[in-house]
Amino acid sequence: MARTFKRGGVHPPEEKQLTERKPIETLPLPKRVVIPMAQCLGAPAEPTVKPKDAVKTGQRIGEPKGFVSTPVHASVSGVVKKVDLFPTAAGARSLCVEIESDGKDEWVEGVDLAGGDVDFAKPDAFLPALTDAGLVGMGGAAFPTHVKLKPPKDVKVDTLILNGAECEPYLTADHRLMVEHAAEIATGLQILAAVLGVERTFVGIEDNKPDAVAAMRKALAGVLGVEVVVCRTRYPQGAEKQLIQSITNREVPPGKLPMHVGCVVQNVGTAFAAFEAVARRKPLVERVLTVSGRAIREPKNLRVRVGTPLGDIVAFCGGTTDGLRKLIFGGPMMGKALRYEDVPVVKSTSGILFFDRQEAATVEEFSCIRCGRCLEACPQGLVPCDLGDLAEHGLYDKLADAMDCVECGSCQYACPARRLLVHLLRLGKSEFRRLQKKG
Amino acid sequence: MAESTTPTADAAAAPAKAPEPVSHELLVTSSPHFATPESVPRIMHTVWLALLPACAAAVWLFGFDALIVIGLTVLACVGFEALLVRARGRSWSEVRRTALDGSAIITGVLLALNLPAASPWWMLLIGAFVAMGLGKHVFGGLGHNPFNPALVARVFLLISFPTQMLTWSSPVDSFAQSTAERIEQDKAELDGQTYATPLGKLKDALRNRADPAKLAAIRAEVAERYPALDLFLGRTGGSLGETSALALLLGAALLFWRRIITWHIPLTFVATTALVTGIAWAVNPDVYVNPLVHVLGGGLILGAFFMATDMVTSPVTRLGMVIFGAGCGLITAVIRLWGSYPEGVSFAILIMNALVPLIDRYTRGRKFGETRRAAA
Repeated sequence: MARTFKRGGVHPPEEKQLTERKPIETLPLPKRVVIPMAQCLGAPAEPTVKPKDAVKTGQRIGEPKGFVSTPVHASVSGVVKKVDLFPTAAGARSLCVEIESDGKDEWVEGVDLAGGDVDFAKPDAFLPALTDAGLVGMGGAAFPTHVKLKPPKDVKVDTLILNGAECEPYLTADHRLMVEHAAEIATGLQILAAVLGVERTFVGIEDNKPDAVAAMRKALAGVLGVEVVVCRTRYPQGAEKQLIQSITNREVPPGKLPMHVGCVVQNVGTAFAAFEAVARRKPLVERVLTVSGRAIREPKNLRVRVGTPLGDIVAFCGGTTDGLRKLIFGGPMMGKALRYEDVPVVKSTSGILFFDRQEAATVEEFSCIRCGRCLEACPQGLVPCDLGDLAEHGLYDKLADAMDCVECGSCQYACPARRLLVHLLRLGKSEFRRLQKKG
Repeated sequence: MAESTTPTADAAAAPAKAPEPVSHELLVTSSPHFATPESVPRIMHTVWLALLPACAAAVWLFGFDALIVIGLTVLACVGFEALLVRARGRSWSEVRRTALDGSAIITGVLLALNLPAASPWWMLLIGAFVAMGLGKHVFGGLGHNPFNPALVARVFLLISFPTQMLTWSSPVDSFAQSTAERIEQDKAELDGQTYATPLGKLKDALRNRADPAKLAAIRAEVAERYPALDLFLGRTGGSLGETSALALLLGAALLFWRRIITWHIPLTFVATTALVTGIAWAVNPDVYVNPLVHVLGGGLILGAFFMATDMVTSPVTRLGMVIFGAGCGLITAVIRLWGSYPEGVSFAILIMNALVPLIDRYTRGRKFGETRRAAA
């Protein structure tokens, strides 16, 4: 029996058939990369290079500012062209380092691209290695990994959960990574567990990926204290709080973090990066993402350097069709729709979707008919239709409940009136926060 | 399109070239970018489709008059909906969209099914206007009305035109017979009285409870005239759509299957009415009849499955739905047993409609991770 969370959730069309059987391909080295300094939740890094500097692949080009911040590395070798504001997938223009590749891909000293050995006798070296490698959560939220791995002293963490749910429709990058690199992920999992000092670890995978479950089980056979848990294919299975409940039956209280119920959740992609950081001394300069949708000619799973411009990816995937109507960075449930600009891939880009007319079809919005489907869909136990009304009427002070919204989009997906509930809740949250600050 | 939308063949030839800026072509909306195929019009059109078996039963029982009542009421409701939307200053495209969203058709069908077969045409028009105007558009149209529009109109007509609203006929002998002819025939057969509904007869019995002989006579007449099977099939008198439980349940099955209604409201509504009337029957079987007559003999099935379940005017929480259904059932039973009207379903639903915001507020569920719901 596949396990699942207790309340809410929806089951949108999975649409993974477009790419789930396609092995990961490596994108040819881009001619230029644009690397944003803001690549994690927290403070952006400070650039340490200037135009005309020569850099090597893996060289640090941005220093973290404070604890909740991560370093940024050059993803190609070459010459810095510009340190300036560029359009990014985050929406606004932000500070980036543009590097022109010399095509040689020369790595910095100390990186061993073929390495595979991890010395588990020296776990103290793990955390500094992960911090230096600039690891962030690769599921999409981009929370600095080292912060999650260093809980405050009064918090006791006893469980590590590896998130291989990949509940967003279309996305298959984590799926392919588990199928093709199960051994590396398994080692990465053990590295993360060693840092946290936990003995109980789980890998949560939705039941629509039996081959990934088999691969991970095989790779983890004989490893003590690890269980690969098959979870029901139900969105948002991969949301942190929901996955914790599915696997451990613990509920993270409102306003608290997973660590407050003794859990740390890391994405499988992050575990893979942890393996590379420790075994190969390789910083986080590339990731696997899914390029899909019906308006891209050849959907693929791609290994891409951080900073690669969108245009290179589009060209490698055969170009877009004339039917392109929507471009999404991330999955269809939580991803961000963008104008067509040559924005770069970042550490947290899990997918790029190209929707055609039919996939992007919109239907007129109706008045709420109080059918209650948003309540049924909300995994957080909220009343989205009422919160949406309050936000619509500007009654932001009454929106305390909205702070529990994780913006998973289940309510809006289920809404027959097509109300823009997530948008209203986001607005409500930010206005409520502002009122709180004012006191 | 004159300009090339995206780099296609060009881009493949020159991989490093940036794509043409075509941002004006792309939709930029807030997430999620996926939505269920379900929609408000789909739900609304399904509901009136689910009422078609009851409409067919009405025609079978009351002949072409039923068809005219239903058709005219629906047309009037859709027409008034369009007029009122326009009167509220909306664009013609919105007028068309609203008139075709199916909600006015539901109100029309429900109102018609709540009227006697012999309803005069002018009463239908007044009813349709009250339903759409007083019931719906004074509050702002679809989704904003606190009361079920069809019931607002029914109660308005009941109070304004009691004679027309309470002149029932027994089922016609053939489609060729008009209800006016049938009413004359009823009078001839019933010593000058018009036909009475089962609940009307029962109220008559309750009014005569001081006279045991008369009470027993009426009770015997009820038992003889309305056998349970006839009540279930609808071969009794009453408003157009309330008589045939079979036809109503057939339609309700569609709503359950399409997940438009759940068991919470209809089941608790019917069960509570049955329970309260059942207790009265158990305590005093000489005065009160068995609950089966109460479940099948009036508008309970129509009300419980099609009107109390109206999404707009019923609670959104599961617990709220149970409370709402139980409240409807209790008020219905109290009015039928001890009130002055023979039937109480309409009043019960309208009273509970008024309580919906309060019920919703106090029955919100526990939030994820919360140990106890903080006081509202």
